[in-house]
Amino acid sequence: MSDEQALSEHVRHEIDRWKGRFPEDRQRSAVIGALHAVQHENNGYLTLEQMNAVADYLRLPPIQVYEVATFYSMFQTRPVGRNNVAICTNVSCMLRGAEEIVAHVERKLGIKVGESTADGRIYLKREEECLAACCGAPMMMVNHKYHENLTIAEVDKILDGLD
Amino acid sequence: MSRSVRVFVPRETAAVSLGADEVAVALESAAQRNHGMAVELVRNGSRGLSWLEPLVEVETGGTRTAYGPVAPEDVDGLVAAGLFEGGTHALSLGPAEKIPYLATQQRWTFRRVGIDDPLSMDAYRAAGGFEGIGRAFELGPSAVLEHVIESGLRGRGGAGFPAGIKWRTVAAATADRKYIACNADEGDSGTFSDRILMEGDPYTLIEGMLIAGYTVGAHKGYIYLRSEYPLARRILGQAIANAREHGWLGTNVRDSGFDFDIELHLGAGSYVCGEETAMLESLEGKAGLIRYKPPLPALEGLFGKPTVVNNVVTLASVPDIVRLGGAAYAALGSGRSKGTLAFQLAGNVKRGGLVEIPFGATLRSLIEDWGGGTASGRPVRAVQVGGPLGAYLPDSLLDTPLDYEAFAAAGGMIGHGGIVVFDDTVDMAAQARFAMEFCSVESCGKCTPCRIGSVRGVEVIDRILGNQDRAANLELLDELCETMVQGSLCAMGGLTPYPVKSALKHFPGDFEPRSGGKR
Repeated sequence: MSDEQALSEHVRHEIDRWKGRFPEDRQRSAVIGALHAVQHENNGYLTLEQMNAVADYLRLPPIQVYEVATFYSMFQTRPVGRNNVAICTNVSCMLRGAEEIVAHVERKLGIKVGESTADGRIYLKREEECLAACCGAPMMMVNHKYHENLTIAEVDKILDGLD
Repeated sequence: MSRSVRVFVPRETAAVSLGADEVAVALESAAQRNHGMAVELVRNGSRGLSWLEPLVEVETGGTRTAYGPVAPEDVDGLVAAGLFEGGTHALSLGPAEKIPYLATQQRWTFRRVGIDDPLSMDAYRAAGGFEGIGRAFELGPSAVLEHVIESGLRGRGGAGFPAGIKWRTVAAATADRKYIACNADEGDSGTFSDRILMEGDPYTLIEGMLIAGYTVGAHKGYIYLRSEYPLARRILGQAIANAREHGWLGTNVRDSGFDFDIELHLGAGSYVCGEETAMLESLEGKAGLIRYKPPLPALEGLFGKPTVVNNVVTLASVPDIVRLGGAAYAALGSGRSKGTLAFQLAGNVKRGGLVEIPFGATLRSLIEDWGGGTASGRPVRAVQVGGPLGAYLPDSLLDTPLDYEAFAAAGGMIGHGGIVVFDDTVDMAAQARFAMEFCSVESCGKCTPCRIGSVRGVEVIDRILGNQDRAANLELLDELCETMVQGSLCAMGGLTPYPVKSALKHFPGDFEPRSGGKR
């Protein structure tokens, strides 16, 4: 089986779309978009086979794909929980109790930031960069959705509602 | 005939996360129950009065009455109080344009944001949209360039480099291809103006990029958007598609003979990709390692071609500069800081939000007159301006005028205009440590002063606070900061010492040894 078959038809189509946005000899520019597409279909992380397949599809040395996958914080190269929870801990949120919320969530889930729950339900992503919702601090992003003006009770409600 | 009322509920990330979508649904069903009431629901952008979001407006008889912050459960009560007729309720704020926070601003770049549906091409054109590019086509590239130079517009991403000079360099370069690269990787703490602009008036950015392309001879533009902005992505993507459909993008733009198109590219979570050369690397599909300069991106940028790299707000300021003339923009502001800046107030402040005013007001006026002081009601102790790499200013420097040069003289920087307020409970040593820690996580790792210096910085601060060899470690921290400032390849390592050194200089007491726990 060639590596390329590790990519679904939808992913290949997505990669082609990203490729089309750049000059013909610059298909490397599609790597980030390709990895987003692959990861989206694979429960939020990338396998070595998939990274190799992306490299194959874009005719790049695999190292160029690994480099990208390991540099950016949105890409995970090991299995993580299916719900991505990122609590902003940057300055404005820090000032309004983000650290207490992180401590509470760590206690509640029994994991540390950067880890996933054993049942594979929640991945508590480490969030370093400001998420630009400072006036609604403290905030968190759950599966790409912003939640602001958080309280412990509200965080509990949101987390308990995740599949 | 039934009366028609326009009701505005923002579709903007902050408002939506606070229930704006649910408010919109509740208002629509209330309108349906209210027979004879034809309600047109408009999902506008945010006015930037963030502490009042979701801010609902009702247009009756030419006046827009505001209510906020409106929670979904408030809707029934509001409707009962006559919301659709602009009736009075505990959440009434009066006419939106007369809310002092807004009425006292001088909006240029954000003048359309929050007024109408950001994707309505008709609304955009009715408000002077695409007149800038129309005027540009009449004037020709070199006259447009003169307007941009005359306006004094400087890079709003943080560095403050004159946009016109950058454009002139790209325009003068000879190459088979040139590019416009819009930096929408907004990641500075306390900043959200790019997001509010892109979600609230995306055509302005498209028009600004068109003008830039026409001026320098580029036919392709890329917007590098951080992946943490899903709503901005949807709105921008739709706006680009609409612009293509209406002939504002593509070959032979509106029969001008000029070809230009824009592609939206996504980042993947990296602060340093907001640095222009790291962003270009990322656009080329690589890890976001910064490049040596020279060569300047204006000469060898994306794919090695001459490239204009400008921030969202910079490009979005251009259409009206061309429409109204460079002199009109230059008439605003102070000294060499021309025009306006959309400041963003956050942190421990009563009224957080976006304030676009000409340069020259004082920091104190921004925090007190617009911000209303601290949210806690306690005294302001420190203010960080310009993101995580900006200096901390004490109360004694709050009368510094907001302009690039005055801030530099005070040891600070305006950056992207983010202002984070701290009250007197702040632990400045913890903030200094955070600056180093942030750098250690976000450093691209290319140069040693930044990569290693930031890690050592955290350790040295910990030793100072732990009272280990204090005097020697303070001296070491000073030297380390100097090394990072002088030796780092880009602003990441080069500016990280600013929050650290300013905290040390203005708040030395916070670095005293600790006996158990925080101050």
